[in-house]
Amino acid sequence: MSEALRSIIIILSVIGGVMTIAAGLIWVERRLLALWQDRYGPNRVGAFGLLQVLADMIKVLTKEDWIPPFADKSVFFLTPAIIAITTLLTFAVIPFTSTILVADLNIGVLFFLAMSSLGVYSVTLAGWASASKYSLLGGLRAAAQMISYEVFMGLSLMGAVMLAGSFDLRVIVEAQRGLWYVVPQFAGFVIFFIAGVAETHRLPFDLPEAESELVAGYHSEYSGMKFGMFFVGEYIGITLISALITVLFFGGWLGPVLPPVVWFLIKTFFFIGFFILLRAALPRPRYDQLMALGWKVLLPVSLLNLAVTGGIMLAGR
Amino acid sequence: MRDAFYISAAVAFVSTLMVIIQKKVVHALLYLIISLLSVAVIFFTLGAPFAAALEVIIYAGAIMVLFVFVVMMLNLGAEAARQEKSWMSPRMWIGPSVLAAILLADMLVLLARGPAFISGGNVVGPKHVGMALFGPYLAGVELASMLLLAGLAGAYHLGRRLKKEELAERETRR
Repeated sequence: MSEALRSIIIILSVIGGVMTIAAGLIWVERRLLALWQDRYGPNRVGAFGLLQVLADMIKVLTKEDWIPPFADKSVFFLTPAIIAITTLLTFAVIPFTSTILVADLNIGVLFFLAMSSLGVYSVTLAGWASASKYSLLGGLRAAAQMISYEVFMGLSLMGAVMLAGSFDLRVIVEAQRGLWYVVPQFAGFVIFFIAGVAETHRLPFDLPEAESELVAGYHSEYSGMKFGMFFVGEYIGITLISALITVLFFGGWLGPVLPPVVWFLIKTFFFIGFFILLRAALPRPRYDQLMALGWKVLLPVSLLNLAVTGGIMLAGR
Repeated sequence: MRDAFYISAAVAFVSTLMVIIQKKVVHALLYLIISLLSVAVIFFTLGAPFAAALEVIIYAGAIMVLFVFVVMMLNLGAEAARQEKSWMSPRMWIGPSVLAAILLADMLVLLARGPAFISGGNVVGPKHVGMALFGPYLAGVELASMLLLAGLAGAYHLGRRLKKEELAERETRR
């Protein structure tokens, strides 16, 4: 098999796989939430309600695609695509196994941070372009929240980067052969997870779209497939953060007996499940509490983690 | 790589031009983001992937978000666009055009002297950048950090919560 053909197959299967997982998560989330809240959830369409995904897709695709006359049309049109594109592009640097990866970039970690910082525009500008008060408030909240949590999201990763001595995600996984980084970098893992929840603006950190106060926040004015893009973008984001936690702190594809890809998927799905459990279990904090937690607790802790890691590495030399 | 360089350079040129002639502020900012992204691609093609990543993370991803944030807060409407339009008189173009022409002449002279294009040279990775920053350029890094600290202290001073008597004093002064 030629090199080019191999790359094309990998790219297509990564896109196909991620999109399928993201769509399937709609059903998984509703069923799991139902389980934890002691009800059934969608179980009518197909076996176990699996075809619910298809029914939802038909509904979203055939809905009226409405652009409000007072909206800024070009920006309104553009924003749903940004979040889907930036999250999907990041999967290019995720190593599913030592051979299945799209681009073996030597700045993989930075590429992820760059793409997640561009993803902020989607939510912020969606809120602005809608020209509605609730949307604008949601967009402002999103901008402040995501830009704050990005800071220590980056800092929390640097411990793992220092231990592995590389920004290359494949090298970071290989360096975890002896010990998963969740042990020496436990603080980094916890901070990255919290920042990841805030970055994907999932419950309990979904203040940009807090439905009890802002209607639907930044996507109040969106309908049809444009809303669908935000929805799918959020699920791709969850999958992405879970995959990154697996790669950076839980040894990626490494594991005994089972084939590498299976190990990768098991670990990733464990964290996706955890994301959904968070939504079922935790209430939403107030906005100032969210910001105070970020700047007064997570930032100092991540800096301390970095200093201690550096000190131990120097002492052990 | 050479094609990628020229394509992204063209994108950078056009988007920067659009920044200047756009009347809606947010649209101008969006073009500025595109311009920064294309400059990042240029860095990448010149063999500086680390600088390219930082360009996206810091300039396009952080600083420009703050710009957009502030413009969103101001909520400039059709009135501001009309004002912008009135500023765009043909006379305004003279000064910048002269300056740009000097730069163009400068570049043409450099190009005429010989190949200045250095793509395909050695790749400057993150480690090299770090060693340069904390080796020969340490003084510069320290000076920049002092500047940032001053900015931080200033922002804290402006944004601090006023005490009751300070608020009352401010009221009486008005």
